[in-house]
Amino acid sequence: MISTNGEVKMFNPNIPVYKKIEKIVFKTLSPQLIKKMSSAKIVTPELYDKEGYPVDGGLMDVRLGVIDPGLRCGTCGSRLKECPGHFGHISLARPVIHVKFVRTIHNFLRGTCQECSRALIDDKKKKEYLRVLRKCRAEKPDLYWNKVAEIVSEMTKVSKCPHCNAKQKEISLEKPTTFVEKDTQTRISPIEIRSRFEKIPDEDCELFGLNPDALRPEWMILTILPIPPVTARPSITLESGERSEDDLTHKLGDIVRINQRLFENINAGAPEIIIEDLWDLLQYHVTTFFDNNISQVPPARHRSGQPLKTLSERIKSKEGRIRRNLAGKRTNYSARTVISPDPLLELYEVGVPYDMATVLTVPEVVTEWNIDYLKKFVERGPKEYPGANYIVRPDGKKKKITDETKEQALEELEPGYIVERHVMDGDIALFNRQPSLHRMSMMCHRVKVLKYKTLRLNPAVCHPYNADFDGDEMNLHIPQTEEARAEAELLMSVKYHLISPRYGLSIIGCVQDALAGNYLLTRKDTKMPYHEAVDLLFSAGVTDFSRLPKKPEVTGKEIFSALLPSDFDFIGESKAVDIGEKTREVIIKKGKLVKGILDSNNLGQGAGMMLRKLHEMYGEDATIKLLGNIFKLGIQFLMKRGFTIAISDMDLPKEAKQQIQATLKQAEEDVNKLIQSYHSKELRPLPGRTREDTLEIKILERLNQARDETGRIVAEYADPDSHTMIMAMSGARGKLLNLAQIAGSVGQQALRGKRISGGYSHRTLSNFPKDSLSPASKGFIKSSFSQGMRPDEFFFQAITGRDSLMDTALRTPKSGYLYRRLSNAMQDLKVEYDHTVRDVSKKIIQFRYGEDGIDVSKSEGGKLDISPVIDEVLGK
Amino acid sequence: MKIPKQYLEVLPRSIIDDLEADPRFKKLTPAKQKLVLDRVLAKYKRMQIHPGECVGIVSAESIGEPGTQMTLNTFHFAGVAEMNVTVGLPRLIEILDGRKDISTPSMEIYLLPPYNKGKDIKRIASEIKEVRMEELIAEISLNVVESSLEVSLDKEALEELSIQPKFVKTVLEKRLHGNFKCELDEKSNIITITLGEKSKDLKALYRLKESIKSVYVRGVKGITQVLPIKKGEEFIIVTAGSNFKAVLKKEYVDPQRTRTNDIFQIEEVLGIEAARAAIVEEAYGVIQEQGLNVDIRHLMLVADTMCVNGVVKGITRYGIIREKTSVLARASFETPLRHIFNAAKIGEEDVLNSVVENVMINQPVPVGTGLPGLVTKVK
Repeated sequence: MISTNGEVKMFNPNIPVYKKIEKIVFKTLSPQLIKKMSSAKIVTPELYDKEGYPVDGGLMDVRLGVIDPGLRCGTCGSRLKECPGHFGHISLARPVIHVKFVRTIHNFLRGTCQECSRALIDDKKKKEYLRVLRKCRAEKPDLYWNKVAEIVSEMTKVSKCPHCNAKQKEISLEKPTTFVEKDTQTRISPIEIRSRFEKIPDEDCELFGLNPDALRPEWMILTILPIPPVTARPSITLESGERSEDDLTHKLGDIVRINQRLFENINAGAPEIIIEDLWDLLQYHVTTFFDNNISQVPPARHRSGQPLKTLSERIKSKEGRIRRNLAGKRTNYSARTVISPDPLLELYEVGVPYDMATVLTVPEVVTEWNIDYLKKFVERGPKEYPGANYIVRPDGKKKKITDETKEQALEELEPGYIVERHVMDGDIALFNRQPSLHRMSMMCHRVKVLKYKTLRLNPAVCHPYNADFDGDEMNLHIPQTEEARAEAELLMSVKYHLISPRYGLSIIGCVQDALAGNYLLTRKDTKMPYHEAVDLLFSAGVTDFSRLPKKPEVTGKEIFSALLPSDFDFIGESKAVDIGEKTREVIIKKGKLVKGILDSNNLGQGAGMMLRKLHEMYGEDATIKLLGNIFKLGIQFLMKRGFTIAISDMDLPKEAKQQIQATLKQAEEDVNKLIQSYHSKELRPLPGRTREDTLEIKILERLNQARDETGRIVAEYADPDSHTMIMAMSGARGKLLNLAQIAGSVGQQALRGKRISGGYSHRTLSNFPKDSLSPASKGFIKSSFSQGMRPDEFFFQAITGRDSLMDTALRTPKSGYLYRRLSNAMQDLKVEYDHTVRDVSKKIIQFRYGEDGIDVSKSEGGKLDISPVIDEVLGK
Repeated sequence: MKIPKQYLEVLPRSIIDDLEADPRFKKLTPAKQKLVLDRVLAKYKRMQIHPGECVGIVSAESIGEPGTQMTLNTFHFAGVAEMNVTVGLPRLIEILDGRKDISTPSMEIYLLPPYNKGKDIKRIASEIKEVRMEELIAEISLNVVESSLEVSLDKEALEELSIQPKFVKTVLEKRLHGNFKCELDEKSNIITITLGEKSKDLKALYRLKESIKSVYVRGVKGITQVLPIKKGEEFIIVTAGSNFKAVLKKEYVDPQRTRTNDIFQIEEVLGIEAARAAIVEEAYGVIQEQGLNVDIRHLMLVADTMCVNGVVKGITRYGIIREKTSVLARASFETPLRHIFNAAKIGEEDVLNSVVENVMINQPVPVGTGLPGLVTKVK
């Protein structure tokens, strides 16, 4: 398929190629070209002789390349891995049709004259169509084949040749590869087809969509078959020493065998029937060699019954060459293992276990200034930790360092050599978790070599990776060149991904313990002696205590303020309300937290407005440092204070329980009234609804109201100092709803937006009366989680539970496909230097990106906020 | 104070509007206003996107990633006042596919005064709704001897839709094909349809019985349900089913605010720019409704890629991906063999200027940092 203007140049591995590929031209191989590029004619189906040496003229002929170490290629003389392999060929005894072109062949047979082989169209029209086609190809290539189909269908309808007046017989295609004259039911042999096609003028080919330069019609009938190089179909040696050949070799063996038999029979003058049969068999084998998945053709199988994987199957689909090996590649210098959290790591660090650090290496070029430094690594060798695994000579030869070669390696080491030393603290690494759905799924971290066996990361960077620690694994890659490291650090560092390009707000923020800790710390009632505060700050990584007021007792707010820059002003809103306050206002003036609590609204991911402002004012370096400090401060404070939850957190006072019971009872009564009014036909339907619908809607409304009410009661009576409440209020974990479900009532279980229905006939479960509309029978769970559910309630919960599991399982592939399509469609859009957004063909998609040219990842939630600018000018 | 021209030309409309709407800005002295404008301009310039940025991928990621968090729940029954509409992932897929027959077409019909204050709202609603015979029929009885059908009309239905039985009769005479006679008994509201002499045949009778049910009586075709609701201060009509063209023609409809969720109808009636805006709004609505946060710029880019050619094309192998110039880029998406064979037939060239091809052949991709080259020749 790929050729270079008819000329075949052999690949020579000894001459390095520094050229850039400019373009790839797709063409079809002509018989001449196949012969020209062939280095061996294959004549025998045998593979190896008795000694296990490849047979000359066999499919494993050494002239096609070598796959055995020790053998030399018969064509270029190089060894395994040096020789890329060479094509061979088979001369087919009789021509066969190429299955992938049957449609085109059929078009040609019907659209050209059976006598004079010219297209069935008069010259005037031909000229016009040629012009249209050429124009279409240049301007609207995606519609080219539609145009061709139009023209072809017009030509195939002609029954009399406009050039020689010959009458045209109807020709039909009997799938897969036989052509028949419809009236006489006689087969048209490939020989006949080929001889007709040879006479078709070049210009007429274009009417059928072909470029005669790329594909002459007669080439679609194969007279000679190229044999792919051995290196493209290597055999595997099994443990037993037996050889197992590739599927392609098997298929080619069949072709060669039948071809030889056909030759012999023709030469011996065998009866026509035998020859025809063999010819058909040859056609079958060649067909399945190209594609083993053609309808009406039984797929060729292994002896075990498993279908062979031939050429088409190698290319096609997700596992095929294109998507598996070309659009995605495998790498060395990478590692993968289970991850676990380490809040004491910096945000931009990744903990790498020693076992990995002694395998992953970084190449360092030896110079006269670092030779002594690098020699020490070589001296320590591959086993001792900061050692080295390989040295690379200037000519590119790689040498493994072992205890035996260590001495020699040390001796020969001189400037120009490369030492592949173990990764060390501070080295650059790419860290990734699948599914890599956005660019924050692969970020650049600094290595920190640690003991134990897992990769570790700061829990604050879990969110961009969407990682948790229930057994998740992540990948680590060590960039090997200076360019790669520079790009990784400048483009992919964690600090450049604090703001999401999806919505322009911070994606990395405090989580869990850090939120609960900072919430408690910044609450009004938190006070501690000065020395304790210093202790706390120091443990959070602060060494400058000048911003901590020097008094015997400092408040939590003052401790927190010690982290902030002294000129930072901020007004925001918190999630929780501070003790003794009525508003949710958070005020920071001149780097001092004057009022309010810092919780998930300002420190958390996604919303974190304070973090966004810090980023805007002080840049990413200061933000990431501050975020790290705030995170540690939260954790350290929580650690000092102590934090745990208990079932008793969810215990409610008696009166609260009574209130909940009363609310639920009231709701039930109201619902019963509704049902009654429905039965007595008093219930008026809502506009556009049936009475049944109306009832359902009203019931659902009433029950949701009841659940909200219980939630309110729980929130009111629950001890705000209980740790469960602290977590809910600070946004660290859990919502008030969870608490209400644990302490109050689980509430209505909804399935597809409705109450649960169906199951048995006329009822959901057999313990309810038929046609019951009562809350309990339609999935309302009165009990709470702490009380425990009744069996029927439990069952209803299981229904919704399973539904949501199914939803997730079905959604993942759907959204994955949507994503794949989107990225395929838009991958080559980029902003040009003139600020337009264009695609590859320089077609303008947008004149200005997003109409205002604002980069979302540099914006504030997708906007430019003018109010801080005015504040600044006003001098506030 | 008027904002000087030099800023109006550079700053986008939305920022100017923000400034003009800010009461504090108005109170500033001209000198300070200029200071604000200068700083806003500087900030705006800092926020500009860099040339070479691969915005396509970023947008694809920004829409694809939250896709995993969306619900598959197809329908939406938000309380009283809305009809079922497809939401969530299925709806997003539907929009981006550029699918012609969407699963739940729906319209919001705004009315001109005085109708938007509730005048004749019921009448208008029922006038818009498509009525088919089956809704008016209480019973059909077959008279085999006479070879006739007795269609008794549903009195309640007729009243509710204020349709005269006579009207029904004329409709039937006009719309039913074949040789027959219609008679109306006004007292009992029974229409008797007798087959003509020639076509007396039991089969024909049965066929007629079935075809009567689907006879279109009146209203706007395609609109299967109507629901007048109060939105804010005024009444609007929400419908299931959509027929943008026909509805806009009604004299009481406000053609400027009335909308449909069928993008192809918008394209047909209002043109490609309206369709592009509709794609952005619909997709943005879906994402917002799911409580997800995606910047509108990403959706604008997708909508623009779908609409560049002047017709709405979906993000499918038949839509915009087919238009790619590179063989390998097309082949790496779907049906690789077809693309390669077709390329080989016409000697297609791949000049390797987009992303995947360069990944395939291990060369730097021409976006972002792959874009600039060295002026100095490396020897």
